[in-house]
Amino acid sequence: MIKTEVTIAGVTFKNPVMEGSGTFGSGMEYSEFVDLNRLGAVVTKGVANVPWPGNPTPRVCEVYGGMLNAIGLQNPGIEVFCERDLPFLEQFDTRVIVNVCGRSVSDYVEVAERLSEEKRVDMLEINVSCPNVKEGAIAFGTDKACLENITKEIKAHTRKPVIMKLTPNVTDIAEMARAAESGGADAISLINTITGMKIDIERRRFALANKTGGMSGPAIKPIAVRMVYQASHAVKIPVIGMGGIATGEDAIEFMMAGATAVSVGMMNFVNPYATVECAYGIEDYLTRHGIEDINEIIGCVG
Amino acid sequence: MKSKTKGKVLSQKELAPGIFDLKIETVLAQQARSGQFVGVYTRDASALLPRPISICEVSADKKSIRLVYRVAGKGTGEFSSLKEGDDVTLLGVLGNGYDIRKIADIKGDGTQTKALLLGGGIGIPPMLELAGELAAAGVKVVSVMGYRDDKTFLLDEFTKYSETYVATEDGSLGTKGNVLDAVREENLDFDVICACGPMPMLRAIKSFAGEKPAFISLEERMACGVGACLGCVVGTVREDHHSHVNNARICTDGPVFEASEVDI
Ligand SMILES: Cc1cc2nc3c(=O)[nH]c(=O)nc-3n(C[C@H](O)[C@H](O)[C@H](O)COP(=O)(O)OP(=O)(O)OC[C@H]3O[C@@H](n4cnc5c(N)ncnc54)[C@H](O)[C@@H]3O)c2cc1C
Ligand SMILES: Cc1cc2nc3c(=O)[nH]c(=O)nc-3n(C[C@H](O)[C@H](O)[C@H](O)COP(=O)(O)O)c2cc1C
Ligand code: FES
Repeated sequence: MIKTEVTIAGVTFKNPVMEGSGTFGSGMEYSEFVDLNRLGAVVTKGVANVPWPGNPTPRVCEVYGGMLNAIGLQNPGIEVFCERDLPFLEQFDTRVIVNVCGRSVSDYVEVAERLSEEKRVDMLEINVSCPNVKEGAIAFGTDKACLENITKEIKAHTRKPVIMKLTPNVTDIAEMARAAESGGADAISLINTITGMKIDIERRRFALANKTGGMSGPAIKPIAVRMVYQASHAVKIPVIGMGGIATGEDAIEFMMAGATAVSVGMMNFVNPYATVECAYGIEDYLTRHGIEDINEIIGCVG
Repeated sequence: MKSKTKGKVLSQKELAPGIFDLKIETVLAQQARSGQFVGVYTRDASALLPRPISICEVSADKKSIRLVYRVAGKGTGEFSSLKEGDDVTLLGVLGNGYDIRKIADIKGDGTQTKALLLGGGIGIPPMLELAGELAAAGVKVVSVMGYRDDKTFLLDEFTKYSETYVATEDGSLGTKGNVLDAVREENLDFDVICACGPMPMLRAIKSFAGEKPAFISLEERMACGVGACLGCVVGTVREDHHSHVNNARICTDGPVFEASEVDI
């Protein structure tokens, strides 16, 4: 019997496969394609203290080997989320990680406090790294003092384990990982999208209404693997890796780089079965190589 | 149930310059309705996202669908070289589709409904399945299709189900101008409008319809096609059940909307 269980901040996951926040709604849409019980966790779309309308359209465009998005964190607000999305997730035997966004420290704290009361929530993932929102958010993720401070504030207001989600749009990812750790984060996740731009040369216009957008997909995977490697060497807390993961092999690569768990993001759009195929792919790999416990491969490349 | 599935190309032909007619055998045909669409995948791993293409027709035996599309770029360019027997990967069936019963009963008094179908350019294909379904439901269908010039496509097929008119921008066929010019010139009356085409045309139709109901089919850049990414939204007049911020998802809450409900 192969062991695929991993543990992060005392929470056990039946396997290391989750999906990237914002690429899976709250699981409802993709539950038509995959059995959510097969996932290590469902990571929900970023939710704020109040509803956010998001950016004007076009919000998405394709780029070579990936896409850009500038959704602008549209979300219905924490109350609707707790009344509608959490009860839906209640039906499944999987972990629930709620992704939180905000414009100020107090926005984040308000949501974190509210979610502390919800039994169905296993962990919080704090998005301090969205490149598509003008106010605040990204500054928390690009300035190490800000990052450490907001981590402390959130930790002081919630009993749930906290994952800080880091942006790749920084000079030194190791430094940011350490800032999150010293602020008391229980884990970090990375990478969020890489800021990019596309111009429609036929129309002489930006492809996205927001001009810039976050790049995701297989084209960013080598950058993500490198950053997961650097971050996991900088801290002792567990790392959740993501960026272009499509298959079990991709997941294994991130885990060898140092990730304890992985997320499938935009590749859900390309293959709605990607998450479960990833989970099967990992088991396959372990069987083929006679590995009994997935934890053996975490960071194994040194 | 939606799925990503392989279909088999039954035939493909060019209907007009750059306009292709692709018939695909697929299990998705069993559930496909007018106004819905499928995502068509390329074989090119650099062009990952599914291309949304409307259902133009569902075969009578519910075993195949017909897509009529314009070559607009990388993906559709690749699709145009598909040949009989080739595999093609689809995501579907997507979108809400037209509510035929609602349209047929739009007057609520049991008398026959007169539906005006307006299609502009590459918005014409989805109108064909709709014309067929409405005619089968006992609705009197009047179709007005607008093209750039006399290189029309699908036009004769509308005559099977409807009284059919045509408008061309250059005046080479039918009314010179757009579909609304033709509606005015022919003095066509109606109980309900169904339309698909470019945004300026849909805006004009929304104001033309006035108090009468109009169902319009919208387009937006999409990523997931299934309602998860929030990429494809349109502003709505009322707070919708999903977003709570007056932003409906075109891929799942639409693409067919009542014109008075959306902010276009
Ligand atoms: C609901 C819906 C139904 C549609 N039905 C039809 C149809 O029946 N027939 C038809 O010819 N066209 C239809 N379109 C437009 C069609 O999706 C685009 O022409 C097609 O995606 C272009 O792809 P490409 O790879 O050839 O172009 P590229 O420019 O290479 O595409 C690059 C990216 O932009 C997207 N894109 C480009 N143009 C559009 C567009 N107009 N709308 C949405 N996404 C676009 C592509 O999907 C792709 O992700 C429909 C669009 C929508 C949203
Ligand atoms: C459409 C879209 C929406 C996203 N929304 C969020 C979000 O709400 N919160 C967040 O932390 N990350 C968000 N992300 C980032 C992803 O979770 C992930 O970190 C990133 O896309 C890289 O992974 P990938 O290449 O596998 O997609 C979003 C990504 C996409 C493509
Ligand atoms: S395309 Fe993702 S929500 Fe519509």
